[in-house]
Amino acid sequence: MLGEGILKGMAETAKNFAGSFVSKERLTTVEYPEERIAPAENARVFPFLVYDTENWEAGLRCVACQICEKECPPKCIYIDKSKDKKPDYVGKQQFYPTRFDIDISVCMSCQICVEVCPFEAIKMDTQFELATDDRFGGLLLDREQLAKSNEYYHEIHPTEASEVDARLAEEKAKVVAKAKAAEVAATKAAADAATKTAAPASPTQAKPEGGQD
Amino acid sequence: MTPSTAHPDRVEGWNRPPIIEPDGEGELLEVAMGPHHPSTHGVFRMDVALDGERVIRLKPVFGYLHRNHEKIAEGASYLASMPYTDRLDYFCSLTNNWSYALAVEKLVGQEVPERAEYLRVILAELTRIQNHASTIGFLTQEMGASGTPLMYAFREREKILDLFEQLTGSRMMCNYMRFGGCRVDMSAALLDEARKIVAGLPGFIDEFEALLSTNEILMARCQGIGKLKPELAINAGISGPMLRASGVDYDIRKVDHYGIYDRFKFRVPLGDHGDVYDRYMVRVLEMRESVTILEQALKDIPAGPIMDPKSKIRGFRPKPGEAYGRIEAPKGELGFYLISDGTPNPYRYRVRPPSLINLTVLEDMCLGESVADVVVIFGSVDIVLGEVDR
Repeated sequence: MLGEGILKGMAETAKNFAGSFVSKERLTTVEYPEERIAPAENARVFPFLVYDTENWEAGLRCVACQICEKECPPKCIYIDKSKDKKPDYVGKQQFYPTRFDIDISVCMSCQICVEVCPFEAIKMDTQFELATDDRFGGLLLDREQLAKSNEYYHEIHPTEASEVDARLAEEKAKVVAKAKAAEVAATKAAADAATKTAAPASPTQAKPEGGQD
Repeated sequence: MTPSTAHPDRVEGWNRPPIIEPDGEGELLEVAMGPHHPSTHGVFRMDVALDGERVIRLKPVFGYLHRNHEKIAEGASYLASMPYTDRLDYFCSLTNNWSYALAVEKLVGQEVPERAEYLRVILAELTRIQNHASTIGFLTQEMGASGTPLMYAFREREKILDLFEQLTGSRMMCNYMRFGGCRVDMSAALLDEARKIVAGLPGFIDEFEALLSTNEILMARCQGIGKLKPELAINAGISGPMLRASGVDYDIRKVDHYGIYDRFKFRVPLGDHGDVYDRYMVRVLEMRESVTILEQALKDIPAGPIMDPKSKIRGFRPKPGEAYGRIEAPKGELGFYLISDGTPNPYRYRVRPPSLINLTVLEDMCLGESVADVVVIFGSVDIVLGEVDR
C-alpha cells in the first residue's frame, strides 16, 4: 500500500514523542546555562600550570625545560627561562619560567604538552567558558592566569592527581633517601679520614639540602 | 559473502513526476552549487551545466578547506602529527588515529599489546556506527526530512561520543592512539558502559530502519538514482560502503586482517544495484555487523598492558625506510604513506583519503540525473571536507 512505510515511520516518531512525557530517559538534552552536566573526569580543554605551595610564583612545578614548547604541534607555548634558580619540590635548585604564555586561540587541546612534561607541571583544565571580547590579549594567557593550585587539580581530575602525587612523593622519598645515604657516607668517610690521618675534611663532603635562599 | 540486501521493489502506485527534458536547443544553464550551498557538507562547489533539468556536465571544485596537513606533518615530529589526523575526518578521529599509528608501527616494526588491539577495535567499530548513523541522517536531511532522522542518529551518536569523552578526554578530537598502543586504559566501569551502549544499539538500528527503510519518499528519491557500475568503481579506486554497494566484495578488515580482525566473525554486506538506496542499506547492515564485532570484542577483551614498553614518546627517530598503513575507515580505505630518512620528522607524509577518491566518480554518477538528485547522490558518497581538502 502506498504510504505504509511513511505511517510506520510516523508511528515510531509518535512513540518517541509520547514516550518523552513518560520516561525521563528519553529526554536527552538539558537546558544549558541553567542546567549543567558536569564534565567527564578525563575531559580536557586547555592546559594550566600546577603549583604546590601557597605562593603560586614560588610553587610552580615548571622548571622551564622548554620540552613542551618544542613538542607543541601548533607551537602555542612561549617560555622564557630564568637566569637564577630556585628550589623545586625535592629542594633541588632549578630554573623557573620568567614568562610562560599559552596562546589559547592557537592551542588545539591535544594534551601532548602534558604527555611530554617530565615534571608533572602542566595539566589539562576542564574550564571551557572562556569566551572574551578582547581578541588579542584575552586569549594569550600568562603564567599568573595559567597557575592553578594542586588542590584545584585534585578537584577536577581526582584519580589522575592522586596518581601524580603518589609518583612525586615516591620520587621525593627516593631523592631524600639518596641524599641521606650520601650524607651518612660522607660523614663516615670524613670521620674515617679524621681518625686515620687527622687531615682536613675531604672536599667531596655532601652539600646540605637545598633551600638556602 | 552475504546475500544482498532485501531490496524492496520500486514504490508501487507512484511515478516520478515528469522533469523538463533537454531539447538540445539554446545554451546550457551553468549553476555553481556551493561552496556555501547547505547540502555540500561544508565548503565544496559543484559547477553543474544543465540542459532542462538534466545534468550535462558536473565539475567538482575543492580546496576551500585546504590546511596544508601533509606539509605541516613533514615539518613536525611523528607524534605531533597525531592530533592533526583527528582533524582530517572529524567524524571519525579514532580510525584516523589508528591508520596513522598503524603506518608508523609498520615503519618501525612495533608490536601492539593485545588489550590495546581490542580497545582499538572497540573504538573503531563505535566510530563506524556513529559515522554511518549520522551519514544516513544527513542523507535524509538532504532529501527534505528536516531533522527527524538526523536527530535520532545524533541521539545515539551522543551516547558514543560521551563514552569517547570519558575515555579520551575529548568528544571528537580524541587523539587517543599512540605508536605501540593506546594512551590511557579503559576502566572496567567504562567497559560496562560501552556494553550498555552496545546492548542498546540493535534497538536503535531497528527503530532507524522502521523510520526509513520502507519509507516511500526515501525509496522514491533513492532507488535507481546515481548508479555506479562495479567496473567503474574498481577502476576509479572507490572503497568502503560505496564500493560494496556496487557489489564488489572488498573490505580491508577481511583482506588485510590488520589488527586482530581475523578473530571476529562478521559478514560484509553487499549491494547489487549500486544506487543510492543500496548505499544507504549497506550502511545500515554494516552498523549491524559492527554491533556483532563489538559484542565479541567486549566479551573477549583481556587484561594487560596497553602500551608497548619499548615505545618512547620523545626522541622518536625511525630508521630510514617507508611504510603504508591502511585500514577500513567508515568512509573507505584510509591510508598513510610515510617515508623516513632517519630524522625526527617524516621525509614524506601522504594521506590516502577515502572521501576525496570516492568523490572522483561524482560526475559519472550524476550525468543524466536531474539537478535535485545531485544533492542526494552527493550525500550518499559520505564525505567530510576536512579529509577531502586536508
